[in-house]
Amino acid sequence: MTDEILKIRDLKKYFYTKHGVVKAADGVTFSIQKKETLGLVGESGSGKSTVAYTILGIYGPTDGSIQFKGQDISKPWTKRPKYFKKDIQIVFQDPGSSLNPRRSIRQILELPLKVHRIEGNGGREEQAIRLLDKVGLPADYMYKYPQAIGGGERQIVAIARALATDPSFVVLDEPTSALDVSVQAKIINLLMGLQDEFDLTYLFITHDLSLMRNMAARVAIMYLGKICEIAPTVEFFKNPLHPYTQMLLSSIPVVSEKEEEYKPKKIIPQGEIPSPVDVPPGCNFHTRCSRRMEICSRVDPDMVTQEEGHLVRCHLYTGA
Amino acid sequence: MRLLEIRELRVGFNVYGGTLNVLNGVNLHLNEGEKVGLVGETGCGKTTTAKSTLRILPMPPAEVFGGEILFNGTDVLPLGQKEMRKIHATGISMIFQDPTASLNPVFTIGDQLRDTIRYAGIDGHITKKEIHERAVLSLHDVHLPDPERMLKNYPIQLSGGMRQRICIAMALATQSQLLIADEPTTSLDVTIQAQVLRLLGELVEQKETSTILITHSLGVVREWTQRVYVMYAGSMVETAQTADLFHNPLHPYTEGLMKAVPRLTGEGIAEGISGRIPDYLNPPGGCRFHPRCPHVMKVCREEKPPYFTVDADHQVACFLFKG
Repeated sequence: MTDEILKIRDLKKYFYTKHGVVKAADGVTFSIQKKETLGLVGESGSGKSTVAYTILGIYGPTDGSIQFKGQDISKPWTKRPKYFKKDIQIVFQDPGSSLNPRRSIRQILELPLKVHRIEGNGGREEQAIRLLDKVGLPADYMYKYPQAIGGGERQIVAIARALATDPSFVVLDEPTSALDVSVQAKIINLLMGLQDEFDLTYLFITHDLSLMRNMAARVAIMYLGKICEIAPTVEFFKNPLHPYTQMLLSSIPVVSEKEEEYKPKKIIPQGEIPSPVDVPPGCNFHTRCSRRMEICSRVDPDMVTQEEGHLVRCHLYTGA
Repeated sequence: MRLLEIRELRVGFNVYGGTLNVLNGVNLHLNEGEKVGLVGETGCGKTTTAKSTLRILPMPPAEVFGGEILFNGTDVLPLGQKEMRKIHATGISMIFQDPTASLNPVFTIGDQLRDTIRYAGIDGHITKKEIHERAVLSLHDVHLPDPERMLKNYPIQLSGGMRQRICIAMALATQSQLLIADEPTTSLDVTIQAQVLRLLGELVEQKETSTILITHSLGVVREWTQRVYVMYAGSMVETAQTADLFHNPLHPYTEGLMKAVPRLTGEGIAEGISGRIPDYLNPPGGCRFHPRCPHVMKVCREEKPPYFTVDADHQVACFLFKG
């Protein structure tokens, strides 16, 4: 028995539009260990949210399998048993639009309790107070409305709501990218504290690599619907292999000289992410790659293991 | 030479329920050819400062309660429409955060770019051919491929990064003396941000445009500017040469902000700054940072701290550095 809580194999999610097929996720494979934080990084349009939503069942996958605690859940939420939904929760990016402005915090927190018929001791009101306490908000917040509190506090309420059903797996979809850095620090510390306390497993989605460095145990980089590199965080930042990863790292504006040393030198970011309707043939990154070879525009490279746990999908390492 | 000098600027918004006292004595100056950063968190008044300078704040609800904004030695606040028009045409240009919202979706790039150039030429006669040539040249400057065809495109046909390049082209096409870039890369991906910032840096250097870069990202400020202002709740709390500020942040707010930034070196994330930005209807008296400050003293609650000069070019508005 392994400690894998989530296992995704060759996950595909296509959207059929007027302009063609959008391959938002095209053969994504990874797994997450219990109590681990896996970071999923990518530019906008890379498909990171699609992967998350497919795990949650907001979309049904086009192909591939998702296994959660050993059971297959590769189907949309309408076909999933309720206890799975209880176990997997999400915190969205913008707390301004993920909390109903016409419901009080109490109503917001009680809804998941009602849906899942969680009684606990002392009724729902008690539980809502306990949830607020878990995330460090005073009980009088129960009667406030989302617009009456700050953006950071709203996100904290969204986190409390995600914890209402006592999940073991939480998807964090850019939980701090709408917030200021001083507030972000607070939220991240809260999330890490909660993870320790309740043995949570996180899939942490972000475009901020510096944040990832401090939050995740392993990092996966996504580009145009495919994962191009996945590695343990420390190894990843010490030895980034994929040219796209190197480009991402070299683009980060940093605040100290020490950090400059982590940025690969002599790499100049170029080009933009192509339209997902019109994905380049071969390796999807070859149009922007500084180390492009002849083979790259013809053959899509396979994922190869470079070192223990460090996988990369690039012809530079396939020996081609 | 001082190109821009803002002195004790106070701007508020009259709303239902009172007046939001947003700008609480802003002091800022910019020398010719300088690249200055203005950094602060959401709602601290960065954009209000920029818009006041350009006089494009909607009045009402906005109202200037005091102070002056000297551009080339003249106070712009009492200027009439005609003189202001001249400043907009060739004096100060601005790049906004969201290129999608600042380009008109129903006109082509060419229409909008030519309009800007025609407007800038209000003083002298400029032929259609010249306008077209300058439009093509300005697109060429921002490294957009095939400028002639690009002029016929609509904004929606371009990606976010390309749209922001168009906005940069428009802002620089008029040869303005001062460029205010308000979060020009916030809506862009990190690899695109790096490209746009590098391009902008090359262009302002080549055209010798003085620039104010407004951003909430300390990293962007560090890599792009020479001197920096840190703003909190409507006034500047610290100013220094960029390198100096990052080596030696003095104001408790600057310090807290620096600590909250996640580092690539992975040393964990500090607690951030407790509390939140004040309510402008009823801002705290004295130093506006005092309710959140870990070093708060009695005097902080009573008086607004003046600027204390610590080093040449390093000033801080905090009583900790008195004497």
